[in-house]
Amino acid sequence: KSCQALMIFLHLVLICRNYKGDVDMAEIDHFLPLLMTQEEEGLTCPIMSHGNVHFLWIKHTNLYLVATTNKNSNASLVYAFLYKVVEVFTEYFTELEEESIQDNFVVVYELLDELMDFGFPQTTDSKILQEYITQEGTKLEVAKTKVPTTVTNAVSWRSEGIKYKKNEVFIDVIESINLLVNANGSVMSSDIVGTVKLKTMLSGMPELRLGLNDRALFALTGRDKGKTVTMEDVKFHQCVRLSRFESDRTISFIPPDGESELMSYRINTHVKPLIWIESVIEKFSHSRVEIMVKAKGQFKKQSVANNVEVRVPVPSDADSPKFKTSTGHAKYVPEKNLAVWTIKSFPGGKEFLMRASFGLPSVENDEMEGKPPITVNFEIPYFTVSGIQVRYMKIIEKSGYQALPWVRYITQSGDYQLRSNF
Amino acid sequence: MEWANQLCENRQFGSKMTDSKYFTTTKKGEIFELKAELNSDKKEKKKEAVKKVIASMTVGKDVSALFPDVVNCMQTDNLELKKLVYLYLMNYAKSQPDMAIMAVNTFVKDCEDPNPLIRALAVRTMGCIRVDKITEYLCEPLRKCLKDEDPYVRKTAAVCVAKLHDINAQLVEDQGFLDTLKDLISDSNPMVVANAVAALSEIAESHPNSNLLDLNPQSINKLLTALNECTEWGQIFILDCLANYTPRDDRESQSICERVTPRLSHANSAVVLSAVKVLMKFMEMLPKDLDYYGTLLKKLAPPLVTLLSAEPELQYVALRNINLIVQKRPEILKHEMKVFFVKYNDPIYVKLEKLDIMIRLASQANIAQVLAELKEYATEVDVDFVRKAVRAIGRCAIKVEQSAERCVSTLLDLIQTKVNYVVQEAIVVIKDIFRKYPNKYESVIATLCENLDSLDEPEARAAMIWIVGEYAERIDNADELLESFLEGFHDESTQVQLQLLTAIVKLFLKKPTETQELVQQVLSLATQDSDNPDLRDRGYIYWRLLSTDPVAAKEVVLAEKPLISEETDLIEPTLLEELICHIGTLASVYHKPPSAFVEGSRGVMHKRLPARTGSGEGTECPDVGNAAGGSAPEAAPSIIPSQGDLLGDLLNLDLAPPTTTGPTPSTSGMQMGGMDLLGGGLDSLLGGDIGGSPAMGAGFGAAPTVMPASLNAPVGGGLGDLFDLGGGVGMPMGAYIPPKTVWLPAMKAKGLEISGTFARRAGVIQMELVLTNKAMSVMTDFAIQFNRNSFGLAPAGPLQVLTPLGPNQTIEVSLPLSTVGPVMKMDPLNNLQVAVKNNIDVFYFSCQYPISMLFVEDGKMERQVFLATWKDIPNDNESQFQIQDCHLNSEAASNKLQGSNIFTIAKRTVEGQDMLYMSIKLSNGIWVLAELKVQAGNPNYTISLKCRAPEVSQCVFQCYEAVLKN
Repeated sequence: KSCQALMIFLHLVLICRNYKGDVDMAEIDHFLPLLMTQEEEGLTCPIMSHGNVHFLWIKHTNLYLVATTNKNSNASLVYAFLYKVVEVFTEYFTELEEESIQDNFVVVYELLDELMDFGFPQTTDSKILQEYITQEGTKLEVAKTKVPTTVTNAVSWRSEGIKYKKNEVFIDVIESINLLVNANGSVMSSDIVGTVKLKTMLSGMPELRLGLNDRALFALTGRDKGKTVTMEDVKFHQCVRLSRFESDRTISFIPPDGESELMSYRINTHVKPLIWIESVIEKFSHSRVEIMVKAKGQFKKQSVANNVEVRVPVPSDADSPKFKTSTGHAKYVPEKNLAVWTIKSFPGGKEFLMRASFGLPSVENDEMEGKPPITVNFEIPYFTVSGIQVRYMKIIEKSGYQALPWVRYITQSGDYQLRSNF
Repeated sequence: MEWANQLCENRQFGSKMTDSKYFTTTKKGEIFELKAELNSDKKEKKKEAVKKVIASMTVGKDVSALFPDVVNCMQTDNLELKKLVYLYLMNYAKSQPDMAIMAVNTFVKDCEDPNPLIRALAVRTMGCIRVDKITEYLCEPLRKCLKDEDPYVRKTAAVCVAKLHDINAQLVEDQGFLDTLKDLISDSNPMVVANAVAALSEIAESHPNSNLLDLNPQSINKLLTALNECTEWGQIFILDCLANYTPRDDRESQSICERVTPRLSHANSAVVLSAVKVLMKFMEMLPKDLDYYGTLLKKLAPPLVTLLSAEPELQYVALRNINLIVQKRPEILKHEMKVFFVKYNDPIYVKLEKLDIMIRLASQANIAQVLAELKEYATEVDVDFVRKAVRAIGRCAIKVEQSAERCVSTLLDLIQTKVNYVVQEAIVVIKDIFRKYPNKYESVIATLCENLDSLDEPEARAAMIWIVGEYAERIDNADELLESFLEGFHDESTQVQLQLLTAIVKLFLKKPTETQELVQQVLSLATQDSDNPDLRDRGYIYWRLLSTDPVAAKEVVLAEKPLISEETDLIEPTLLEELICHIGTLASVYHKPPSAFVEGSRGVMHKRLPARTGSGEGTECPDVGNAAGGSAPEAAPSIIPSQGDLLGDLLNLDLAPPTTTGPTPSTSGMQMGGMDLLGGGLDSLLGGDIGGSPAMGAGFGAAPTVMPASLNAPVGGGLGDLFDLGGGVGMPMGAYIPPKTVWLPAMKAKGLEISGTFARRAGVIQMELVLTNKAMSVMTDFAIQFNRNSFGLAPAGPLQVLTPLGPNQTIEVSLPLSTVGPVMKMDPLNNLQVAVKNNIDVFYFSCQYPISMLFVEDGKMERQVFLATWKDIPNDNESQFQIQDCHLNSEAASNKLQGSNIFTIAKRTVEGQDMLYMSIKLSNGIWVLAELKVQAGNPNYTISLKCRAPEVSQCVFQCYEAVLKN
């Protein structure tokens, strides 16, 4: 149904697991030539085929993870699985790279066996896998004579018998702003992608309930007090009871132990761009480029944006940079063709200016260059742009302990692009 | 494998105490060493050795020689070691089937191990050993594992059934494993249920018509319950399985949808997409006036949009699917245009897909924004993306009428950039805009013409030529422009050639007086000098049209063209339905049915959306759409299979835009044209000679009004070859060669006497000349030329008189002739006017050639074709002749005639009279059919000739007479 075989390789096959045996493993030899042809044409595609064999691949650092199939497989499942493999291996070996695979090939084989059987993904939760597939093979004999019941449980993400002295749960609400502004300054699209991350340090099998100021919830319960937020779309971790959420908007779950991403949401409401950029880029052919960038903090005065980075594209043949900034500092990153202006702390309502000038060679580079946008990175703590708030986190465990929830809010830049007209 | 060796040689994984050290020890000769280590008594050493073996295997070394030694290590209580040995087994069992049997006992034993991990490991590995011989030993252990107390073992065993089925389907059925598997759907453990569903679905795929999954409301209910509890992957298995079910009515459909919608909130994109598949399929059954239908539509949009924040590869799959969904139910995403705006850092495959969806979603409401975006993209650097963006602007113009003007001006701005590929794309789409809005934007033609020189891509050249032809009457120098293209006619691509042909014909019809020469030139280029059958066909057809009925030609060539519709590249509805049933799969990414790329799936039933049932049936009112999604009623776009039929082709729609053509036009002129042409087409099917002879006939007949006679022509030469019906090429008897006669007496040519004859030798027509010098001085510098003649005869080379011809000397010269010279009808038909030059003067004479030398070797017609053609040629075209005093029997006559490429196809004897049916093909493709009646004892034969060009009959008859009597 999904894939016949999985391989990981860079220029050579590092590891290969043939799950179904009906695709000839020699077929993989066609993969790299195909990929190279596509790259030459500038038209890569994540699905390629050679004869009856289809290659679905992703690239992680310099490694290719390739699944092969000769059936009408579920493509989205295959990609989701490949990314899961990267996640699991990264959690096991910190880095997924050539060496970590060579160094751990026995575990890698074991993992590949548990992750997928006959093309069907099986257990892919690395925390659970770590309970019975460990890197120290020798310990195995003693400890792992039993399958953790978690593997097949309905609660397949949390083991029983977890104990903490102090029961706490940390909640991070992180909102990323995606913004696309046209060269003439009009906002083409803007949305907020929020995530709620948990760091759970709770004993036993706690039942949690998270309350947000979600408008739909309040509409349902009829207790519309204060500011509410409409979430366009919500995605939940495996642990959240989806049908319950569907029926009464209650977010109830038994959390995975440790760190996890509980949910993500998308909000379409149009917000004022938090950091607004105006730029004038004047190019004097054969002599110089003059850049003037004005950055304005369009958020509350009490808040401060940290580590603001305004990245302004410059022509690839620019040289001899000169900068002048009203605050922060600017530098030229020639390998990326960028002028980067960094402001450590940017209070709301303030406006700053940066001027830069670059020399241009008299013999012009006649290669067409793209028009990369200006991008901005920033982070505003203690603040969610959507106004979403955690109203409560109820924690119930049969042993009846008291646990404390801690909440942090942060707003940051996501894909924040302003097209320039240079 | 070479790469493996390289890996070992190039890399030295070294000193670190990690697994990589095992890779260093596989040098030549180590196999022996490994063997010893594998047989060591020390557990640790054994394990190390196995690791080394696996390391070698990983890099592709053949370590199969160690099979027995490794299998010996199988019986161990060390789980890690066991796993490694099993891994080895999976790899090499197939190549060592006999030795694999050794492993069976251990498997059986391991399946009873107290440790469930070992039981599961055994059952998992068992299924991967694709050796027929040992599978039957594995049935008992598998049966036990399917009923194991531990769910981990059961879920593994469930998959094993699918594995075993893949190796030996019959065995699995005989052993009743399928029933056990079905029972597992009711298992208490969700993961077991999920794997059972996955295994059953997999097996069902190879038995498309078995009701293996036996989906019924009860089992569906079980699946829906398990859906809430199993892992994300299990959810996908179950959703994909649900998608195969067809609910009994709309109520059941709704209740399933209600239970599936929560999955749209799952973090895993694949779960979401599988849920979308189920919903898209089942909502087909819901009445559109149902509130729930509207709710469902609204619920689908947000998760689809969110998929665009997934990893790029998943975005790509999502976009390909959204493309389908937008075609099926445009109302779902019609307000979501912005999310498809392209980001600078999107991978190219994402960019191109987004662009496609943007065009599909473009409407009057959002067109301003869309255009601004497209213009932005058109100034990017990525050529493919830029091209597509420019094309998209054209598609917007066609789709949203109100925006057409803005689109055109945007395109003109882009043309001003002078970026070569931008200009070319712009011209291609402007042509489509002209098609869609005739007589509206022609003011821009001047600008377009300025860029003529920069066009180097066939599609752009063809588009420009189309524009010039179409608007020839408004472009003063249209003839010059077209003529400039004509110079390199043969270097152009077919697309351009075809377009140039049509454009010049159009020009001619619009401005006949000044362009006669041009049209002659292009027609002869297309028909005589081209090897391309399409081009020749079209050339002939135009030729015929122009020479028979210029008015009809005008009606056909300049007919009002059907408008092109905005529904570009729509997927044909039945395919779309099928693809909707395959959302998330490769089929949905390729936009092709699985049968197109999966081997052995051809017989498999195509998936279809369920029909709407219950209250909604047949009662859809047009404004339901409004109620549901606030949208205009969905107008089902009608899609006509893309052009390519003769009619479309003739209407010069080959350039027709990336769009499908509109409804068949119904102007009477067109239809007449169409009928006529189709008649010709029919001929070609029946007689194997498209247009050729009719055109000839027409040409020979009524004096052409428009065309100079010379145009009536070499018609058919090419076509004849094309429809080569494969007669015998051999020549059992020599062809008839008439005796030499004096063509030019010496007194008329200052002492040069020329006599000669014509012959056909091995398919080559030859003029055999005898030159005699009856003068007193030496003759040199001979040359020969023919006047235009009926069959385009021309010298194929110079007259080879190499030495000077002295007084009283005679020389015989053989001159090969071709039939591709200029054509003019002569009277008599076989008359040839010749000019011979020497150092003294130029002399003229005329001679007649036997038409039999034009009979080609492949003139044997198929009997069926003969019959049909005979019937098809009107009786008026039949001529009868008598051949007197011929004393051959029918057999001898037939043989003799065959020597001159007159082929007997059938013979019938009726009342002592032999009827011979014969066919002849002339070098210009004209077919002559003959019926020869020979009565024993009667020296007089009767011959009936039927031909589409009856003028030739007389000459043919003469040949019969000459051949039979000599």
